[in-house]
Amino acid sequence: MSSSSPVTEAPGAIPPETPVRGRGPTSGSIWKDARHQLSRNPVFVVCSLVVLVVVSWALFPQLWTSLGKLECDININRTPPSWFPGKTQPGYDADLDGYVLGTTTLGCDMYSQIIWGARPSIVVAVIVTAMTALVGTTLGLVAGYYGGWVDTVISRITDIFLGLPFLLGAVIFLALLKSQSIWAVILVLVVLGWTQMTRIVRGTALSLRDQDFVEAARAMGATNGRIILRHILPNALAPIIVLCTIYVGSFIAAEATLTFLGVGLKPPEVSWGITIAQGQDFAVAGFPHLLVFPCIVLVVTVLSFILMGDALRDALDPKGR
Amino acid sequence: MSEVILAATDVRKYFPITAGVLKRTVGHVQAVDGISLELYQGETLGIVGESGCGKSTLARVLMGLIPATSGSVKLEGEELVGMKPSRLRKIRRDVQIIFQDPYSSLDPRMTVGKIIGEPFEIHAEVAPKGERRRKVQELLEVVGLSPEHINRYPHQFSGGQRQRIGIARALALRPKVIICDEPVSALDISVQAQVVNLLENLQSEFGLSYIFVAHDLSVVRHISDRVGVMYLGKMVELGTEDQIYERPTHPYTQALLSAVPVPDPGLRGHRKQIVLTGELPSAANPPSGCRFRTRCWKAQSVCAESEPALEVRDGGDHPSACHFAEVIDVTHAAY
Amino acid sequence: MPESDILQAGTPADSKAVASLYFDTTAPLLDVQELRVDFQTKEGVAHAVNGVSFTLEAGRTLGILGESGCGKSVTAQAIMGILDSPPARVVGGKVLLSGVDLLTLNEDARRQIRANRIGMVFQDALSALNPVFTVGWQLGELFRKHRDFSRKQAKQEAVRLLDLVGIPAAGQRVDDFPHQFSGGMRQRVMIAMALALDPNVIIADEPTTALDVTVQAQIMKLLADLQAERNMGLILITHDIGVVADVADDICVMYAGREVEKADVYAIYDSPAHPYTQALLESIPRVDMKGQQLASIQGLPPNLTSMPSGCAFHPRCRFARERCREDTPPLYTVTPGRLSACHFFQEVLDS
Repeated sequence: MSSSSPVTEAPGAIPPETPVRGRGPTSGSIWKDARHQLSRNPVFVVCSLVVLVVVSWALFPQLWTSLGKLECDININRTPPSWFPGKTQPGYDADLDGYVLGTTTLGCDMYSQIIWGARPSIVVAVIVTAMTALVGTTLGLVAGYYGGWVDTVISRITDIFLGLPFLLGAVIFLALLKSQSIWAVILVLVVLGWTQMTRIVRGTALSLRDQDFVEAARAMGATNGRIILRHILPNALAPIIVLCTIYVGSFIAAEATLTFLGVGLKPPEVSWGITIAQGQDFAVAGFPHLLVFPCIVLVVTVLSFILMGDALRDALDPKGR
Repeated sequence: MSEVILAATDVRKYFPITAGVLKRTVGHVQAVDGISLELYQGETLGIVGESGCGKSTLARVLMGLIPATSGSVKLEGEELVGMKPSRLRKIRRDVQIIFQDPYSSLDPRMTVGKIIGEPFEIHAEVAPKGERRRKVQELLEVVGLSPEHINRYPHQFSGGQRQRIGIARALALRPKVIICDEPVSALDISVQAQVVNLLENLQSEFGLSYIFVAHDLSVVRHISDRVGVMYLGKMVELGTEDQIYERPTHPYTQALLSAVPVPDPGLRGHRKQIVLTGELPSAANPPSGCRFRTRCWKAQSVCAESEPALEVRDGGDHPSACHFAEVIDVTHAAY
Repeated sequence: MPESDILQAGTPADSKAVASLYFDTTAPLLDVQELRVDFQTKEGVAHAVNGVSFTLEAGRTLGILGESGCGKSVTAQAIMGILDSPPARVVGGKVLLSGVDLLTLNEDARRQIRANRIGMVFQDALSALNPVFTVGWQLGELFRKHRDFSRKQAKQEAVRLLDLVGIPAAGQRVDDFPHQFSGGMRQRVMIAMALALDPNVIIADEPTTALDVTVQAQIMKLLADLQAERNMGLILITHDIGVVADVADDICVMYAGREVEKADVYAIYDSPAHPYTQALLESIPRVDMKGQQLASIQGLPPNLTSMPSGCAFHPRCRFARERCREDTPPLYTVTPGRLSACHFFQEVLDS
């Protein structure tokens, strides 16, 4: 090129190709970005592994244990595992080394009880979360988008339910229902749990409603339904998913709590709450393993879901970057 | 003169002020209070005024995005006020809007192709499905972006480029009128000119009519054929670009123009400076008579008693809502 | 007059942290030399400020002009010592305030200097003021903290300052909260805070960008009056070419972290010596004339993490040659006191 001719085109020309600001070349949709970020977050990776394992217990318990759900031997009850430091009681004559986590109050293998116990906990938590999300998202979107008296009615109802103390409410409802099936627990948890989701989705919808892109859609002649489904919902999805992840953890804990208090699931059902409830009497009487193992599993599972939710929130929240 | 495409007559928009748990209405914000204007085919009507004067509300009322409290807005003779929602949605094709904030005006979860293609999904009759992608690419080219950007997301673009995407979306349905609500005020100066030029080119190419709402008087002068000046929900002066900028007659217009800095230090101290005192009154409780009288240096008792009509008066060649309208040159240096 | 005593005692009132410093009154008021600030970002290091130098004398106004991302606000924050670090880091240069290099001082001393000698006015007064305290309390705090005033004295000072910046009925408004003020009045409160301890330098970072044009005129007039009255140095950071033309004595145009042109205001508007300045002036419409098509600058400001080689402006420049891609132009002296970072400044001047 000769030294006098300009390097570039005439002034006023079209700007050059995509000077992408801010993000790296991997940048695509917010979900793609989040995936990239999460795969490099050790907390998220560990937590999701834990969740994966627990979910596989719930789906395929037979893969993890050869013993059946109720294959127990009352003669060997409350045996601590051989390696357990609290092993003070003289064991039974049989060599019970095969029971890595010892046996339960009813003489079942603690390890397989934990595996089998995952199913009701996960089922309850997932169904409750799904229903909560459905109810909460629908009501929240409608209340937040339409505003006005619709919002007033939904918000007041939400406030009333929010006023009910969660645990006390659940105990009373379940006691009144007199049915202690898994479905009763699910029903009660949904009835008491939909409020927070509704409020959060409502808040998100409310702030999205005033965004220019929603007004632009309206200016194009989009119907309200279209705006809610195409613009509001996709943009509200991130907080909903984060909340769902945290909810699964909380509802696992809630189910265990209710069961422990005696208003949730009942034997012969096997669940973590039941195992803990059964173990409590003897735990202080020299059999700490009855409480320690199921509690550790419960805590680690709940924590994993909650930390996963936190990591998701960080990854999906553009302001956090 | 070419034909009127959009006409507003005595348009009012009052927003209720509510209080208490029962949301009782305790008053009204008179955001737009009795404005009449006409937009001609192919022209640009600039609307200027400071924040809170109601110019953005007026723009939205004109396109039926906010229902008017009273008055009439006619698009090619068809009344928009009180129109059935389904019909209004159809007619939206003809009036589109470009927003100020290039960040909040594009849905962050949609690709550029989806954003610009959305109008075709809503008005399926405009473009058959198979043609839409090609149409979107054409639009990208029209606004100066590469058609290959169709699968990218808004956050991958700069402010100026995002504004171009917003313009492409507004153009998609081949509207007759585009409302530009502060389209360049969020952009960097070196990018502003690009977008202003683009808007001008598109206007001549597609025969568009613009309502150009902005607070930047220099940009409005540059792009507009006619200009309306708003103060506290009222139109105080309306005229051609030349009439408003060279021969302003309303004191508010004069104060506004004199406050605009000119990029020429040689004019320092030589231009008439009218510094307004006092605060902008509340639109919920505007002053009686002329709304500007509380800050006007010419105000007399008549200003509080009777509201000046927007009409041509002695000594002026265009409508001005001041009892004491007279021409003062405030844009140029007075040596 | 209690306040005049205090003002005279200005230097001793800088507490222990500053007492040992020797401020040389013959040195330039503010002398910034080769200031460099880096930002650590995900994509690498961004040289947000890349060797900026300027001098400010008492009573003068320096306009720093540039677009967003050009480093003008970062420069101001580095001078004030209020950069968020990390990610920001001052990696070189000096900021001499009457001969004392602020960059070498500890945080305590800098805080003292910030309060007593350099005042700053921010763009967004609403977020710069604390919403839970009255403006009088916030103003008074400066006097209670730095001047050991009693509550009553401090409040009197607050009223005096509010009055000074033209807030009507200052005595009543002193007990109002920031949100009870209009945008323009809030900006006046900010100016009062910046002025409170009688600084030598005021840095105003886009002080009127968020304001309406009539209010902008009021605020700029207030700043100019106060500056003249108190013989302060004023740094006005803005992107508004019109505003600087009205008030600045000297202008420094920044682009992509560097100064590209520095000159007195008349020279720069009369005949810019850098293509960027020239293009900016040609690209803005003027209220006093109806122009033809605007001459827009093509392209976009560069990404600071992947700067173009050579002159950062070359991809958008109409004078660009091969040489511009290879050699980074130094600040050439066009005429004494007038600098341009363009190899072909003569050509630009002549065009």
